[in-house]
Amino acid sequence: MIGDLGRRALLRTLRQPANVVPVIFFPMILVAINSAGLDAASELPGFPADSYLDFVIAVPFIQGGLFAMLNAGTDLATDIESGFMRRLALTPVSGTALLLGQVAGVVALSFLAAVAYLVIGFIAGVTVASGPAGVVALVVLAVGIGLMFGSIGAYVGLRSGSPQTVQGFFPLFFVLLFLSSANLPRDLIEQDWFATVAGLNPVSYLIEGLRSLVITGWDPAALWPAVAILVVGTLIGGTLAARAMRTNLVRT
Amino acid sequence: MSLAPPGIEVVDLQRTFKSLRAVDGISFAIEPGEIFGFLGPNGAGKSTTVLMLTTLLPPTGGRATVAGFDVASQGPDVRRHIGAALQEAALDPLLTGREHLRLQASLQGLGKPARDTRSAELLERVGLTEAADRRVGGYSGGMKRRLDLALALVHEPTILFLDEPTTGLDPQSRADLWEEVSRLAREQGVTVFLTTQYLEEADQLADRIAIISKGRIVAEGTPDALKGEIGRPSLEVVPAVAADRDRLAAVLGEFGAPTAGPPGAAAVRLEAGADGLAQVVRRLDAEGIALQTFDLHAPTLDDVYLAKTGERLTEAADDGAPVAGAAG
Amino acid sequence: MSEFFSTARAVAWRSLHITFTNPALLAPALIFPLMFYVAFAGGLSSVGNLPGFDYPAGYDTFQFGFVLLQASAFGGVFSGFGIAADFERGFARRYMLAAPRREAIIVGYLLGGLSRAAITTSLLTVVALATGMRPQSSPAEIAALIVLVAFVCSAAMLFACGVAMRLKTVQAGPAMQMPVFLVLFLAPVFVPLDLVAGWVHGVATVNPVTALMNGVRDLLAGTGFDAVLVFGTAIALAGGFALWALRGLRSAERTGS
Repeated sequence: MIGDLGRRALLRTLRQPANVVPVIFFPMILVAINSAGLDAASELPGFPADSYLDFVIAVPFIQGGLFAMLNAGTDLATDIESGFMRRLALTPVSGTALLLGQVAGVVALSFLAAVAYLVIGFIAGVTVASGPAGVVALVVLAVGIGLMFGSIGAYVGLRSGSPQTVQGFFPLFFVLLFLSSANLPRDLIEQDWFATVAGLNPVSYLIEGLRSLVITGWDPAALWPAVAILVVGTLIGGTLAARAMRTNLVRT
Repeated sequence: MSLAPPGIEVVDLQRTFKSLRAVDGISFAIEPGEIFGFLGPNGAGKSTTVLMLTTLLPPTGGRATVAGFDVASQGPDVRRHIGAALQEAALDPLLTGREHLRLQASLQGLGKPARDTRSAELLERVGLTEAADRRVGGYSGGMKRRLDLALALVHEPTILFLDEPTTGLDPQSRADLWEEVSRLAREQGVTVFLTTQYLEEADQLADRIAIISKGRIVAEGTPDALKGEIGRPSLEVVPAVAADRDRLAAVLGEFGAPTAGPPGAAAVRLEAGADGLAQVVRRLDAEGIALQTFDLHAPTLDDVYLAKTGERLTEAADDGAPVAGAAG
Repeated sequence: MSEFFSTARAVAWRSLHITFTNPALLAPALIFPLMFYVAFAGGLSSVGNLPGFDYPAGYDTFQFGFVLLQASAFGGVFSGFGIAADFERGFARRYMLAAPRREAIIVGYLLGGLSRAAITTSLLTVVALATGMRPQSSPAEIAALIVLVAFVCSAAMLFACGVAMRLKTVQAGPAMQMPVFLVLFLAPVFVPLDLVAGWVHGVATVNPVTALMNGVRDLLAGTGFDAVLVFGTAIALAGGFALWALRGLRSAERTGS
């Protein structure tokens, strides 16, 4: 049941190139542009990596998660808008199964995207300091990121029932990503207010966790905050989404 | 030679989309002030013809003049003289009715004072004064069609194109629109080119109609003349005992050619017209066939359509023909 | 001529009216450039300390040059979205029917796009000045800057217009946005061209946007600029895409709107 729903969610995403292309293509283009444009930044005193590419390869994982949020939210909102959800409400399927199915689709896409980022990254010359096990850890973290953002997206989609509202969260994409340590390490951000905001932005810690596996090796101090954010975020998002799903599947 | 502005003249007009001949060499002429009904099911080529006559699609063959100007080479002149309300009223849900009218007036080059007075006048005319300052997103289907009609009239065109203006409207809205269109033709001498898939609409409104089927015109004339061409009424008889149907059909066959009738009935087109009715009754009586119903039908446009195309328009366009007599 | 202007004015009025009565449309157009400015000028300012980074007016001004160009180009692309939506929903048919001269429709959309870009870039400038950007331009250079930015907005808008009139669907959004996005970012965005590494350096060297970006930054720094190269590029782009848009209109007429 969950498998079928997950397959539908995944196929639905994969069959719309407009959903897949941005997830792979857009983040990779940004990496390519930034790693060339900001390559000189690796010469700044105190910069933690030898190549800017190694430093910035963590960023697409977050972008993939944000796309997962938009996809999950838009799909569920479209289901509500089109009346498909009402049809499902007439079947014995439980709300939890429906939600898990949708999120499973999103997570599968996150997995595929993470593998694509890494393969392209390796071809371009990325080296992962934490070795093969670190590569696996990167993929696991990517799946966790997809799960967290996907469940938040599902909540927004279920709560609003409007694909436009979900798309309206797109600017958040930029806010979360740009006001973080995505482009420079926090201690090299000169503007105090920017460094403060980046320090409060959970996305900074997710990126730093991923990044530590690439440029430092196994660094618990960087990994634990990322894992904690993913667990807490997924729990909150999942709980809210499940509650919103129950409201949508009201039946006697 | 008439002094009125010329109407529409179409000679061997064609439009091909790749291998599909959507309009396959049609010809007709419309007099100024006439309401011309262009009748046919979906996909027959009605809308393609309208798009060509309104300069929105270049023809791939033949020639057409509208208000005396060639649609292919004198587009700007044609557009100055025509108004059009096309299918799926193109309205912006974010603008109000009044804003639409002002925009249209401005597009047509009206000065500011004229824009305001003309907008108010047309809103009044189509009964949208009260809703004028509400966004069109909240209008009903009928209100949108009325606004679309008003927009088509902003620059006082001499020729008006209405592409299926009442599709999807309730009977009352439909009747209101019919009333307004006939008033335009009667009082202001506007030439109206009207496409429809509703026989009732063509019958009620049009001075003359053309029937288009698969891109070709298969009949043209006044509704009365076309019905007259069919001439003979049809007789539909349902026997009291279903088993008698074949015997009944054989007897009726003596009075005319069989035609399509409702289920369970035998139907013929009466050779001798209504005059032969008494004889039919006597023969049936003599045969001892008991009857449940006995209906005589004057020819309708549907019969014309059936005779010309071999199919019924009401079947081809079964999304709810207008209620008979809705226009009063 | 008055007919032509009347049509253009009506089209421009509607495109502006729609933008300003819908916060959902206006807010992103206003906020995105600010976001970019804040993120790039604020977050990356230490890049200005790199050896070889020799822009005299400071990193804020350096990034303002990029974001100004980006905001005006995207202002043009947003007009393209509007055109595509009008064709998809059939509203363009109203324009095509009403306009005696259909070229006026493009001019109308262009005027709308330029007005919107003027508002977006003004807000951006005010915010940048308020947060410490200090350009060193003379009044003449500021005038030249405004003209240059208007050309960039026009070129982007006419490009998007040509795409919109050929494809006639909002699905064409990425086809309008992506090329503009790429050509903007494949220029010296973060550092001067000399400091850009790898293949992007090669692309940026031949990218016409590099000339425009250098022109904008030179005008902001008041260091003099290559007027022939910069305005030659701007005029060539705007003129070329004007033809592209016009042929898009002819294509829309041919295939029916």
